[in-house]
Amino acid sequence: MNEFLQQLLNGLALGAIYALIALGYTMVYGVLRFINFAHSDVFMVGAFAAYYISNGLARWLPPESIPGAVIIMLLAMAVCAVLGVVVEKLAYRPLRDRSKLNVLITAIGVSLFLEYSGQLLFGADPKTFRLLPSRNVELGGLVLNSNQLIVFGLTLVLLLALRHIVMKTRIGTAMRAVSFNHQAAALMGINIDSVISFTFALGSALAAAAGILYAMNYPAIEPLMGVMPGLKAFVAAVLGGIGNIPGAAMGGVLLGMVESFVRGSRYSTYADAIAFAILILILLFRPAGLLGKSVVEKV
Amino acid sequence: MMNRPKTLLLVALGCCALLPLVGQRMNPYFLYVAYDVAINIILAVSLNLINGYTGQFSLGHAGFMAAGAYTAGVASTQLGPRLLSMMGAEGALAHAGVFLLALLLGGLAAALTGLLVGIPSLRLKGDYLAIVTLGFGEIIRVILQNTPAVGGSRGFSVAMGYTNLFWSFGLAVVTIYFVLTVVHSTYGRGFIAVHDDEVAAEAMGINTTRYKVTAFVTGAFFAGIAGGLYAHSKQFLTPTGFDFIKSIEIVVMVILGGMGNTFGVVLAAILLTLLPEVLRPVAQYRMVLYSLMLIVLMLTCPQGLFARIGSLLKRRFGTGAALEDGRA
Repeated sequence: MNEFLQQLLNGLALGAIYALIALGYTMVYGVLRFINFAHSDVFMVGAFAAYYISNGLARWLPPESIPGAVIIMLLAMAVCAVLGVVVEKLAYRPLRDRSKLNVLITAIGVSLFLEYSGQLLFGADPKTFRLLPSRNVELGGLVLNSNQLIVFGLTLVLLLALRHIVMKTRIGTAMRAVSFNHQAAALMGINIDSVISFTFALGSALAAAAGILYAMNYPAIEPLMGVMPGLKAFVAAVLGGIGNIPGAAMGGVLLGMVESFVRGSRYSTYADAIAFAILILILLFRPAGLLGKSVVEKV
Repeated sequence: MMNRPKTLLLVALGCCALLPLVGQRMNPYFLYVAYDVAINIILAVSLNLINGYTGQFSLGHAGFMAAGAYTAGVASTQLGPRLLSMMGAEGALAHAGVFLLALLLGGLAAALTGLLVGIPSLRLKGDYLAIVTLGFGEIIRVILQNTPAVGGSRGFSVAMGYTNLFWSFGLAVVTIYFVLTVVHSTYGRGFIAVHDDEVAAEAMGINTTRYKVTAFVTGAFFAGIAGGLYAHSKQFLTPTGFDFIKSIEIVVMVILGGMGNTFGVVLAAILLTLLPEVLRPVAQYRMVLYSLMLIVLMLTCPQGLFARIGSLLKRRFGTGAALEDGRA
């Protein structure tokens, strides 16, 4: 029983990180209808940005303290937001009217570019990263890491903030309008380009936060660290119903838990395949995802 | 007129038969690069049937190649000696027979995998299909990593280095011939119809699902053959050699050559196999240049570098129909 709860806890922490990445995929899919393959590398850049910012500001910030961590995290999120907007402007915007396949291939190109220029700039060797001191808390036989608690807390805060932005603000309303219908939204006087830029900024900032949380819970960061979490987060987005924001969060948590249980079982070496097996099953039996609505294609 | 492609095929195969004479005098390094060129031609041309002509974006070609490579490698290593002693033959012909059988088994195994992957996933379109095929490729890799019989993640040694210039380039020629003749046959027009407009094709009575699965299985078969050649040239297989980076490499060859432009794809496969070798002195920039090239290419000429060459060839020889890919 204890082991079950422990795995559940670990799965929840992993799932929270997947959820944060999945939100970026799902929001971009919502407004542009394409998979932003480079999103997983924005996640990686987020972790590295935090690494370099914390090294660079070490003189001015109190080391391993909460205010310091907050400042570093906000700066890293800003860096990634800018990166997301720039990538969209340079690589995706010129292709907006072209075939989806072209955009997909461009996205793969951007992803490879970020990974390998990361290897050049940051070096391929893994780096250790510490933002806050980590302590283990025992709770009725369960071991809780302080960093895991931060993951839970921060994910919750970010999800609530996102919900507020999407549901209650003008720009959020515009985002929903654009994802509903580009042309109608444009006719209502919504500036499509700025809404798309904003969506990329928002998704990338969340990916940066996820990158930092991931780096806090795993031993090292390296330029290819985004590949697997990125793919799995995408699966999470599809699982919840792509384009659906609560769905992405739910899919992420679900996937994290399943993976954590597989890792804890005899079949741990299959853990990387399980996400894809889930993806295939969900696409076969419920292609619209758990919370998605199926759309009839009109000719 | 009918027999011209066949004559061309025979002439090309004849030239390939003479290649080993050159190979004997070649530096082994160049020889292995040449094998890679031929293997990549087979992979790219067969993927072009799926991605280019039929318009189904697959990112799992390395998975099919892995299935073929492992099957062929295991067949020649485990079954080969037994078969040879059973026949009591030790000549070059007997070895060639074993190799051919291993390649065929590899191709069939890959085709079967293609069928298993294709039937469920071809209900999906565009980026969904891409990600599912990518997922299947990764699943094949993880399964191989967890199969102790083929060495798991430690890898598998293939006993015989059967691959030579004749087999590799001969099979590349056969692949090109097959894909070109199929696509330009009456039956093959269906592939292009599925690519151009699925709904319209279906309305015209074309069984689109069947065409898609056929393209998938055929493409996978040739990928398996390429895998078999790879197994008998490298003589050592590891599951990580078939990850999705390899799939993307093959896709890039197809894109660079121009989707549905076989001649362009062949040129791109040659170019992209030689390029990393030429770039060896600046190896660390290789992938950065590669990815930048991909992005710039998509932004400037989405029909591929060789679209113009393809249409020139078309005017000259009446083959190599370059497909317009300006729309979805």
